[in-house]
Amino acid sequence: MRGEQGAAGARVLQFTNCRILRGGKLLREDLWVRGGRILDPEKLFFEERRVADERRDCGGRILAPGFIDVQINGGFGVDFSQATEDVGSGVALVARRILSHGVTSFCPTLVTSPPEVYHKVVPQIPVKSGGPHGAGVLGLHLEGPFISREKRGAHPEAHLRSFEADAFQDLLATYGPLDNVRIVTLAPELGRSHEVIRALTARGICVSLVADLRAAEDAVWSGATFITHLFNAMLPFHHRDPGIVGLLTSDRLPAGRCIFYGMIADGTHTNPAALRIAHRAHPQGLVLVTDAIPALGLGNGRHTLGQQEVEVDGLTAYVAGERPDPLGPRSQPACQVAHDPPRACPLCSQGTKTLSGSIAPMDVCVRHFLQATGCSMESALEAASLHPAQLLGLEKSKGTLDFGADADFVVLDDSLHVQATYISGELVWQADAARQ
Amino acid sequence: MKLIILEHYSQASEWAAKYIRNRIIQFNPGPEKYFTLGLPTGLPRDHPESYHSFMWNNFFKHIDIHPENTHILDGNAVDLQAECDAFEEKIKAAGGIELFVGGIGPDGHIAFNEPGSSLVSRTRVKTLAMDTILANARFFDGELTKVPTMALTVGVGTVMDAREVMILITGAHKAFALYKAIEEGVNHMWTVSAFQQHPRTVFVCDEDATLELKVKTVKYFKGLMLVHNKLVDPLYSIKEKETEKSQSSKKPYSD
Repeated sequence: MRGEQGAAGARVLQFTNCRILRGGKLLREDLWVRGGRILDPEKLFFEERRVADERRDCGGRILAPGFIDVQINGGFGVDFSQATEDVGSGVALVARRILSHGVTSFCPTLVTSPPEVYHKVVPQIPVKSGGPHGAGVLGLHLEGPFISREKRGAHPEAHLRSFEADAFQDLLATYGPLDNVRIVTLAPELGRSHEVIRALTARGICVSLVADLRAAEDAVWSGATFITHLFNAMLPFHHRDPGIVGLLTSDRLPAGRCIFYGMIADGTHTNPAALRIAHRAHPQGLVLVTDAIPALGLGNGRHTLGQQEVEVDGLTAYVAGERPDPLGPRSQPACQVAHDPPRACPLCSQGTKTLSGSIAPMDVCVRHFLQATGCSMESALEAASLHPAQLLGLEKSKGTLDFGADADFVVLDDSLHVQATYISGELVWQADAARQ
Repeated sequence: MKLIILEHYSQASEWAAKYIRNRIIQFNPGPEKYFTLGLPTGLPRDHPESYHSFMWNNFFKHIDIHPENTHILDGNAVDLQAECDAFEEKIKAAGGIELFVGGIGPDGHIAFNEPGSSLVSRTRVKTLAMDTILANARFFDGELTKVPTMALTVGVGTVMDAREVMILITGAHKAFALYKAIEEGVNHMWTVSAFQQHPRTVFVCDEDATLELKVKTVKYFKGLMLVHNKLVDPLYSIKEKETEKSQSSKKPYSD
């Protein structure tokens, strides 16, 4: 992993003329890096009596911790839930391409699938450090199949399961060994879920919920800490029945426990007003996720997601209909009036109205989140870096620019466009205009 | 003595900074010729309020000084007196202090040379007066028990050996100390008064600090500001000195 040996003699890099995100603020400070970690320059100055070996001028830009995506189902044509012989190279492809979105660590996500798929795919995606080859894999996120029928969203009904019979053993039988797993999303209203949640938490696996409020509160007491994409695939908020949304301000949670919740801020999955309500109710728990599908980075058209087909149109993706497209891929849509979004028009709508994951890259989500909520830049950046790190208990080394943390960071301009991405203090991606 | 009176704290700071800049340029330092800037020092190193942190955050991290050329008294040294003696040796080895910049305490002390300190003292361990401890309490969350009671300090004699001394005094709470320092006699109860016997001293203050001085004194020195401001006129930059050598004929005004 990161080199401890020889760190003291390693080159010292000083990133200067920049603003860094530290302690929740954008400070006008230099960022010092050595041996792949953030260095304390004061210690270097007084104890080692050394100066930087190399200075890099950042042109007044913002340096933020690298983004961490804890829910991404694939991208660039790769589908993590597809059991191929060489899952590894698919993951590697995505890992490399998301560097340009500012993502330095991620959790490849598998949607509801039959056990054979898990047994084949899970062992092929080990935890891995990031580098020039791509973003680091923090572990898998298994979303399903232990979720409820009513709010399964895009997950295929046929493959949903329960663990009534044998609790944790059922889960193990479905997934196989859990060494590479970091997050499991399940529905706590399923019978014996509390045993399962406790068993998973004991193994250091983060448990995420899609549920109603009461079940969710109890699940938090058993160890759950995350709500998978708030608002989507769950019962809507009602003032006498807040649903899991009420978890954000619940007073029945264990003291000092922060509940985290994923938000897909792609401009489609969540109305800006809803984003604002959630953010204002509980800003420290907000985790930006892409929930990206394999169509991320590809053009419009039909693509696969797990065991289903989806239709992509611009920045939106829907579950494709069961019946074949009556208009055919090459013909013109019946409605000649140009309007947006097409799903509002009955003539144009093809297939279903069920959203099927997003195709907005992480940096787009960050910018949209900033603009929709009117929050501070620091808040938006922390939602994509610090909060996911805290969710996974990694905040000492990831999602932060504190001394001793891994030097995974992004260089952003003032409108939060990614100019360059660094992992372990090494430049792993750079925007074209920035290249000399 | 030159008494420089500016309207506000920020203007006083700026004047002082420009003066130091000019002095460094005129001195024309090089690899074998160090401009030695003296500053008061003291508290234990690890504390976030230590002078190490203070110097790092307010000075060193903004400039390209090499760590080897910084010398801060180490309050954690095993043998404190030896540390002080070594410090005096380092000053000698560097060729003596070119310019010492310091402030003044409300009790008229320079560095940590509290009232009663010998006017010929050298770098040593010094007990701190209650006034100083109270003043420093703000750095320790107001807890008096946490404030260090001893400090390492350069002596009055050490500062007197510097070729030039600059004292910065701002705020009404320092006014009485300034009055005692420059309008009364040399007295070990107000150690800054020792600089009345130094050939080259500059006092930079704001209006509030002059509140206890005679009107005559203030008017006299304000009248000299036209001349004194020439001291902070921009000089050639060291980097451009090749092309601007002709301007080096500017001679600094002296007493």
